[in-house]
Amino acid sequence: MNPFRYERAQSGAAAIAAAQHDGDARFVAGGTNILDLMKIHVEAPSLLVDINRLPLSKIELRGDSVHIGALARLNDVAAHPVVRQAFPMVAIALEQSASPQLRNMASMGGNLLQRTRCAYFRDVAAPCNKRAPGSGCGAIGGENRMEAILGTSERCIATHASDVAVPLVALDAVVNVAGPQGSRSIVLSDFYRLPGATPHLETVLVHGELITGLSVPVLPFGARSTYLKVRDRAQYEFALGSAAVALDIEGGTIRQARLALGGVGTVPWRPRAAEHDLTGAPATRTAFEGAAEAALTGARGYGMNDFKIALAKRTLVRALEMVAA
Amino acid sequence: MSQPVLGAPLDRVEGPGKVTGRIAYTADNDIPGMVHAVVVESTIANGRIAAIDESAARSAPGVIAIMTPRNAPRVDARKVDANDSLLFLLQGDAVEFDRQPVAVAIAETFEQATYAARLVRVRYDVRPPTTALASGERFLPDQIFGKPAQHKRGMPEDAFARAAVTLKQTYRTPTEHHNPMETHATIAQWTGDRLTIYDATQWVFGVQHRLAATFGIDPKAIRVVAPFVGGAFGCKGQTWSHVPLAAMAARLAGRPVKLVVTRPQMFGWVGHRPQTEQVVGLGAARDGTLAAVTHDVLSETSMSDEFVEPSVVFSRDLYAVPNYAMSDTLSRLNISKPTYQRGPGESTGSFAMESAMDELSYALGIDPLELRLRNYSANDPDSGKPYSSKRLRECYAAAAAQFGWSARNPKVRSTSRGRMLVGSGMATASRATHRSPCTVRMRMNADGNVLVQCGTIEQGTGTPTVYPQLAAEILEIPPERVRFEFGNTDLPAAPIAAGSQTSGSVGSAVVVAARRMRELLVSHDGKPPADGFEVELEDSPPPEEAEHATQAFGAHFAEVEVDPDLGTVRVTRFVGAFDGGRILNAKTARSQMLGGIVWGISMALFEDTRYDARSGRIMNANLSEYLVPTNADIPDVEVILIAGDDPFANPAGAKGIGEVGICGSAAAVANAVYHATGIRIRDLPITPDKLIR
Ligand SMILES: Cc1cc2nc3c(=O)[nH]c(=O)nc-3n(C[C@H](O)[C@H](O)[C@H](O)COP(=O)(O)OP(=O)(O)OC[C@H]3O[C@@H](n4cnc5c(N)ncnc54)[C@H](O)[C@@H]3O)c2cc1C
Ligand code: SF4
Repeated sequence: MNPFRYERAQSGAAAIAAAQHDGDARFVAGGTNILDLMKIHVEAPSLLVDINRLPLSKIELRGDSVHIGALARLNDVAAHPVVRQAFPMVAIALEQSASPQLRNMASMGGNLLQRTRCAYFRDVAAPCNKRAPGSGCGAIGGENRMEAILGTSERCIATHASDVAVPLVALDAVVNVAGPQGSRSIVLSDFYRLPGATPHLETVLVHGELITGLSVPVLPFGARSTYLKVRDRAQYEFALGSAAVALDIEGGTIRQARLALGGVGTVPWRPRAAEHDLTGAPATRTAFEGAAEAALTGARGYGMNDFKIALAKRTLVRALEMVAA
Repeated sequence: MSQPVLGAPLDRVEGPGKVTGRIAYTADNDIPGMVHAVVVESTIANGRIAAIDESAARSAPGVIAIMTPRNAPRVDARKVDANDSLLFLLQGDAVEFDRQPVAVAIAETFEQATYAARLVRVRYDVRPPTTALASGERFLPDQIFGKPAQHKRGMPEDAFARAAVTLKQTYRTPTEHHNPMETHATIAQWTGDRLTIYDATQWVFGVQHRLAATFGIDPKAIRVVAPFVGGAFGCKGQTWSHVPLAAMAARLAGRPVKLVVTRPQMFGWVGHRPQTEQVVGLGAARDGTLAAVTHDVLSETSMSDEFVEPSVVFSRDLYAVPNYAMSDTLSRLNISKPTYQRGPGESTGSFAMESAMDELSYALGIDPLELRLRNYSANDPDSGKPYSSKRLRECYAAAAAQFGWSARNPKVRSTSRGRMLVGSGMATASRATHRSPCTVRMRMNADGNVLVQCGTIEQGTGTPTVYPQLAAEILEIPPERVRFEFGNTDLPAAPIAAGSQTSGSVGSAVVVAARRMRELLVSHDGKPPADGFEVELEDSPPPEEAEHATQAFGAHFAEVEVDPDLGTVRVTRFVGAFDGGRILNAKTARSQMLGGIVWGISMALFEDTRYDARSGRIMNANLSEYLVPTNADIPDVEVILIAGDDPFANPAGAKGIGEVGICGSAAAVANAVYHATGIRIRDLPITPDKLIR
C-alpha cells in the first residue's frame, strides 16, 4: 500500500471540502472495496476521508419513498422491515451479496460505487483502459468468462459488479448527492455511464461529490418481486447472471413489469423494451421467453462469456416464472 | 488398566491451543532484531530481466536492502536430487514463469518491505510464453519414480481390437493450487556460519539438506524448526525458492529475517497440481469384464524441471485387467514447477478412469457398482502380488447401503425434485501406501511418564495425539502419560510427511520402540529404574513387506441436483466408506476422509487456475476468483470407516488415510451429474456454462 493521509470528517460539508482540496482524495465508508484496491495498487489515493461519523445511516419511509442513508450497512438494509415488505427483491439481492462479514461493513453508497471485478483491471501488470486509459483492454481476447455482454465497447467489456444496484435500477431509485456545487438528485439509470471510449468514467459524479442516500419510490406492486442470482458456487460469489423482476398481474395479464439484469452489463441493465413487451401480455412462458429475447437484444459475447447470453435469458424467464407463480 | 486406546476417537491434544490461537505457527514467531523480507515477483512468464531500478525502493522508509541478481549472495541453485528442482535465487536474469522471484525487499517492518517491494521497477525483454498444454514441447520423461514412462502388461492392442465393446475418451483436469490455510513462511537467522530456520514445511530434514547444498555448508550447521504447520497437502513437501532467499536476505541484512509468502504468491513458485489430458481406452466383454485398459497421459512440467503427475497409477493398480498399457508424456510450459497435491496421480487418474468406467456401465447397461464388482481384483493386477489387506467389497456394500443405491433408477434424466434433475453416481477410491525408514527415541522416566521424540511434523493430521495413543496402547498406560516431541532437526530423523506414509513410517517406528520398551519394562517387573529407560531405533521396512501390495481403498457415492435451465450443480448427499487398515484414531481419521471428499467436490465443481494465453499470467491468483467451496456448497458428508487389521502392511497395521478420500470423489460427482442430466462432462470443473449448452 502507498503511504496516504487519513482524515475523519465530522460533517458532510467538511468531508466534501477535504476531498475537493485534494484531487487524489477518496471517501472511505466500509472500506471493503477501496482498501482492497489500495492493497493491490489499483487505487493510490493521497488522502482517505473517513465518512463513517456522518449521520447517513437511517432507513425510513418518507412519503412515497423509502429513504436509505448512504452509510446504511448492507445487512441492516436487508433486514429492515420496510425494505423487506416494500421490495423483497432488494433484500434478496443484498442477502446474496458478498458474505455476512462483508455485509456488516459494506455501505450502500460504497456498494453502488464498487469497481469491477475484471481480473485485468485488478492486475496492475495487465493492460486495462479503465485503470490506465489508452493501455488497451486485456479482457478482450483474454480471460473474459465473467465479463459483460451488454453495453460493452471495443474499449471495455467489464461487468458492473453490484447486486443491489440491479433491483434499484428497476425501481427507479434516485441517488441523492451533495457536492461543492450544492445538492442534486440523479435517477440511478442516469447515474452510471456506459464505457464507450471513456471506460475510466463510470458515473456522473464529479470529484468531491458525496452520496448522502437513496430515495426508492414505493412501487405499488413492489412486494411481488424477486431477485434471482446464478453463480458458480452457492454463496460468496459474484453473479454469472442475475435478474430483478417485479410484476403487476391481474387475471393472468401483466399490467406492468419492472425488470433489470445483473452480471451481464457494463452497468446495471434495465431492459425497457422487454418491460414494454410484457405490458398487457399474458403471464405465460411464451411471453416471458419473448421478453427475454427482447432484453438481450444487442448482446454480444467475447468468447468465454458467450454462454451468458443464453444464461441471462433463462435467468430472466425463471425469475418471471417465480414472480408470476 | 487396559482400556481400548487404539482407534478411540480421542480429542486432539493440540486442539484447544489451535482454536484459541495459543499455538504458534512459523510466522507467529519473532526473533529479537528480526527484520522482514518481501519477494518481488516477475510479471511476465518468459524472457529476461533487462534492468532493475531499485533506487526508489532503497530510499523508502525502513528499507535495509533490496536484494537483486546484482547483489544477491552467490549460492548453488541447482537441484540436489531427482525429486528436487532448480530454485530461483536471483543468480541470473532469466524469467521462465509468471510470479518468479526477481528481487527481495528487506525492511524493518512487513509493511515497509511490502511498500518497498512495490517500488522496485523491473524492465523485461519479453518473449512469448507457452502455457497451453497442447502447445508445449512434448517428450517422454526418462523415468517416473524409477519406472519407465511407458509400460505394458499382456497384449493390450490385440485385446482392445478384439473386445466386444470399446470406449476411448479424453478427460481433462486443470491446474489447481493448494492454498492451505497457512501460507508458506520462513524465518532465517545466522549465528556466524550456523543457520537456524523456522519453516512451514512437511520435512525439516529436507530443508536442512537443501540449504546445506545451496550454501555449501555442513547440514549439521543448520537447525530447522517447523513448529506447527497449518496445512500443506504437498505444497510444503519440497524446499522452494523463498526458503534460501530468506537465509540470503538474512546474510545481506546481517539480521534475522522473516519472509511470509502472501496469498497471491501462493500461485507463484510454491507448486501446484499440473493440468492433465488423459486418454482412457476400455475394451470389455458384454458382461462387463475388462479385457484391456489403456491410459495415456499428457501433463505439464516447467522449463527447467520434470514433474510427472502419475495419473496412470490408478488404472494400473486397481481392476483385474489382464491387458494394460500406459504412457506418460510431458509438455514443457512457462509455468512454475508442478508438485504433489493431495492424492497425486490417483486424484486426477481416478477422474479419468472412474468416469470411463461409468461410461462403460451405461454402454453395457450394467449397474456402475456391479461393473466394478465384476472387475474386482484379488491381487495387485500389475505386480501380481497379494494385497496386504483389501476390504473394498465391504466399502462398496456399506456405502451403497447407507446411500440407498439399490433404489436408484438407472436411467439418465429419470429423477427430479421440483425443477431440479437429481442424479447419483459412484466411484472407487484407491491410493497406494508407502513407507520409509524412520527413527524414534522413546524415554520412560522413573514415574512411568513417556516422552517420544521424532523429527516428523504436525500439519493438521493429529501427530501429537495419534502417536502417543499408539504408544500408550502398547505400553498399557493412559495416552495422557505419553508426550510426543516433533518438528525440528535435533530430533531423530523422520521421512517427509507426505505420500500417505506417516502413519506407516512414524507409526511403525513408534510401535517397534514401544514394544522394545515394554520388553524392558517386563524384564524390570513393570517398574522403570531411577534413571528411566531409553530406546532409540531406526525402523525400516523389512524385505518381506515388499511381498505384498499395500493400498488403501474406498467407495464414493454422490447425489447431485442440477438445474436444467441454469446449469447450476449442488451436491446434496455424499457417502464414503474407506478401508485404511487399522485406524489409529477414529476422529482424526474421519477428518481426513471428510477433507478429502470436500476437496473432491471442489475439484469436480470449482477449482481452476486460469492463465492468460497471451501473457502467461495467472488471472485468478486469489481466493475470491480461484473458487473453493463454501459451507453452503457442502452437504452432510457421511464417512464410514471399515477398520480392520493389516498384518502385512507395516507394524502399525495402518494404511495411508490422508489421501484416499480425494481419490475418486470428483468422479463420483461427475458421474452423478451425468445420471441427472445425460450430459457427460469430461473436463473439470463442471461449471454452469458447460451444462447449459
Ligand atoms: C470478497 C468479496 C465479495 C463480494 N461479493 C459481492 C457480491 O456478491 N455482490 C455485491 O454486490 N458486492 C460484493 N462485494 C462488494 C462489496 O459489496 C463492496 O465492496 C461494498 O459494498 C463496498 O462498500 P464499502 O462501504 O465498503 O465501500 P468503500 O470500500 O468504503 O468505498 C468504495 C468506493 O465508494 C466510494 N464511496 C463510499 N461511500 C461513498 C459515499 N457516500 N459517497 C461517495 N463515494 C463513496 C469510496 O470512495 C470508494 O471509491 C464483494 C466484496 C468482496 C471483498
Ligand atoms: S474490460 Fe474494462 S476493466 Fe477489464 S481490462 Fe478491459 S478495459 Fe479494463
